Amino acid sequence: MITANLTSILNGLSIGFLLFILAVGLTLVFGMMDVLNLAHGSIYLVGAYLGWSIMSDGASLATFAAALGVAAIAGLAIGGALSLLTKPLARRPHLDQALLTLGLALIIAETLSITFGNDVRAVSAPAVLSGSVQIADGYYPMYRLFLIAVGVTLAVAVYVLVERTRAGALIRATVADRDMVAAIGIDNRRIKIAVFAAGTMLATTAGVLGAPLYGARPGLDWTILILALVVVVIGGLGSVKGALVGALIIGQIETLGRALFADFASFVLFGALALVLVLRPRGLFGAATGARV
Amino acid sequence: MSAVVTADSAAVTNTGSPGTRRRDRARLLLVAALVIAFVGLPFVADPFATSTATRILAFALLAVSLDLLVGVTGLPSLGHAAYFGVGAYTAGWVSINVTAEAPIPLLAGLLMGAIAAGATGWLAVRSAGIFFLMLTLAIGEVLHQVAHSWQSVTGGSDGMYGIPTVNVAGTALANPGLLYWYVLVAFGAGYLLIRTVVRSSFGTALRGIHGNEPRMRALGYPVFRYKLAAFVLAGAVAGLAGGLLTAQQRLVTPEDMGFTTGALVLLAVVIGGAGTLWGACLGAALVVLVRDYFGPALDGHGPLLLGIVFVLVVYLMPRGIAGLRRKEPHS
Repeated sequence: MITANLTSILNGLSIGFLLFILAVGLTLVFGMMDVLNLAHGSIYLVGAYLGWSIMSDGASLATFAAALGVAAIAGLAIGGALSLLTKPLARRPHLDQALLTLGLALIIAETLSITFGNDVRAVSAPAVLSGSVQIADGYYPMYRLFLIAVGVTLAVAVYVLVERTRAGALIRATVADRDMVAAIGIDNRRIKIAVFAAGTMLATTAGVLGAPLYGARPGLDWTILILALVVVVIGGLGSVKGALVGALIIGQIETLGRALFADFASFVLFGALALVLVLRPRGLFGAATGARV
Repeated sequence: MSAVVTADSAAVTNTGSPGTRRRDRARLLLVAALVIAFVGLPFVADPFATSTATRILAFALLAVSLDLLVGVTGLPSLGHAAYFGVGAYTAGWVSINVTAEAPIPLLAGLLMGAIAAGATGWLAVRSAGIFFLMLTLAIGEVLHQVAHSWQSVTGGSDGMYGIPTVNVAGTALANPGLLYWYVLVAFGAGYLLIRTVVRSSFGTALRGIHGNEPRMRALGYPVFRYKLAAFVLAGAVAGLAGGLLTAQQRLVTPEDMGFTTGALVLLAVVIGGAGTLWGACLGAALVVLVRDYFGPALDGHGPLLLGIVFVLVVYLMPRGIAGLRRKEPHS
C-alpha cells in the first residue's frame, strides 16, 4: 500500500516537473508580452518528434544528449521567429495574437503529420536510464526519477535567474508594469525576445524529455497545451512560482485522477480548475494588478 | 476589442433617410435572390455537392452561434464545438432510442446544448478575454474526453453509428435533396433566432458589454446574467447545429466536438469577420469547402491550407471578409 502511494506520488512529481518546464515559458511570455502562445503544445510536439527521429536508431546517452541539443536549438529558432511574427500585432487586441499562434499551431501540426505520418511513435529512454531502482520495497523506473531531478534543477535555475539576477529583475518588472519599465528608459525589447526564445526552447526540450513517457503522435500537442494552460491558469498568469505550484498540483491530480477514476480523470482536472477559479479568479499567485487581460 | 463594429448595427442606425430606402430595396432583392439560390440548389447540383452544402449549413449555424459570443458579446470561445457535439450525440441517441421523427431529435439537441452550456458556462463567463479563451478550451476538452470515455452511450472512439434517417411525417428523408431542405429550414430558423436576438435590446446590451463592460456594470446591467444568457443561447443553437450534423452524416465521433473543430469554427468566424452573422456563414463555407471539398486533393491536409489562410487573415484582414465592405476605420 505504501509503495503504491509512493509510486503514484513519484509519477505525479515527474509529470508535474515536466509540466513546469512547459508552463514557465507560457506564463512568462504572457506576463511580459500578453501573447498567449497557443502553439506551445505544437512546439512541444516538434521536440518530441525530434527526439524520436534522433533516438530511433537506439537510445544511448549520446543520442539523447544530441536530441536535447538539437531540440534546444530548434526551440530557440522557433521562439525567435515567433517573437518576430507576433511583434506587428503588439498594438492589436490580445486575441489577435492568440489567433495568430492558433493558426501557426495548425500549420505546425499539419506539417508534422505530413513529415512523420499519423502513427504513434514510441520512444525508449536512453539505455543508462531505462532500468528500475529499488525504492522502499518496490521498483521504480529510473527515467522518471531522472525527470524529477532534471525538473528540480531547472526549477532552481529558473528561480535563481528570475529572482536573483539583473535580467530577472527586468523580467519581473516587465511583467508587473511594462509601460513603467519603458517610461524610465530601459530598453526591454531584447529581453522580451530572449524570454520568448527561452520559453520555446524549454518547450522543445520538454518534448524530448517527455518522449519516453508520452511518445509522439498527432493530437498530443493539444493535450499538452491544455495541461499547460490549466497549470498556468491555476498558478496565475505571469508568475513563475505559480507555474511551479500549479504544475506540481496538476501532476498529482492527473496521476491520482487516472488511478482512481480512470476514464473520468478529466473531470477531476476540471474540478480542480473550477475550484481554484471560484476561490481565486486570477489563480493562486496571480497579481491583482500587473498582467492585464 | 472595441474596434469590432458590425455592418449590421450600422445598417440599423441608418434606416429612415431617403438614400437608404433604395439600398434597402437592393438588400431585399439580394436576400430574395439568395433564398431562391439556396432553395433551388438541389435542382442544379449533383448529390455530392448537395451534401457538401448540407454540411456547410450545419457548420455555418455553429459559426453563427459562436459569433453571438465572439463578435457580439466579445467572448472568444475555443470550446464551442463541445456543445455542437453534445447536440449531435443527443440527436443521435434520441433518433436511435426514442424517435427519429422531425423535429424531435433537433429539439433534443438544442435542449441538451443549452443545458451543457449552462452547466459549464457559469464558470467560463466569470472570466473575460484570454482567460475566457483558455477556460472554454479546457471545458471543451473535458466534454470531448467524456465523449471518448462514456462508451455505453457515445460508442467511445468508434463513434455513435447506426443512426436512422430523419422522418418527416412518417417519410424517411433518404434523398440528399430532401435532407438538404430539412437542414436549410432548421438553419434558417436558427439564423433568424440569433439575428433577432442580436437586434433586440438584449443584443444591444451584449454589444455594450463587448464595448465597455465596466460601464455597463456601472449602469446597473446584470452583466454576469447577460453573458451567461448569451452563452446558453449560443450553446443551444450550437446543439441545434449538432443535430443537423447528425441528420446529415448519421454518425457522430468524438472528433466532431474536438479541439480541431472548435479551432476551425473560431477560424470561420474570424475569417468571415466577427460580429457579422453573414460573414460567419461565408467563413464557415470557406472552411468546409477547403476541408471537405479540396481536402482530399491535398491528401487530407486541408487544415494546413486553413492555417495559412488564418495567419494571412490575422495579418491582413483583421475584420475578415465582412470588413472589406467598410473601408474607413470605425471605433
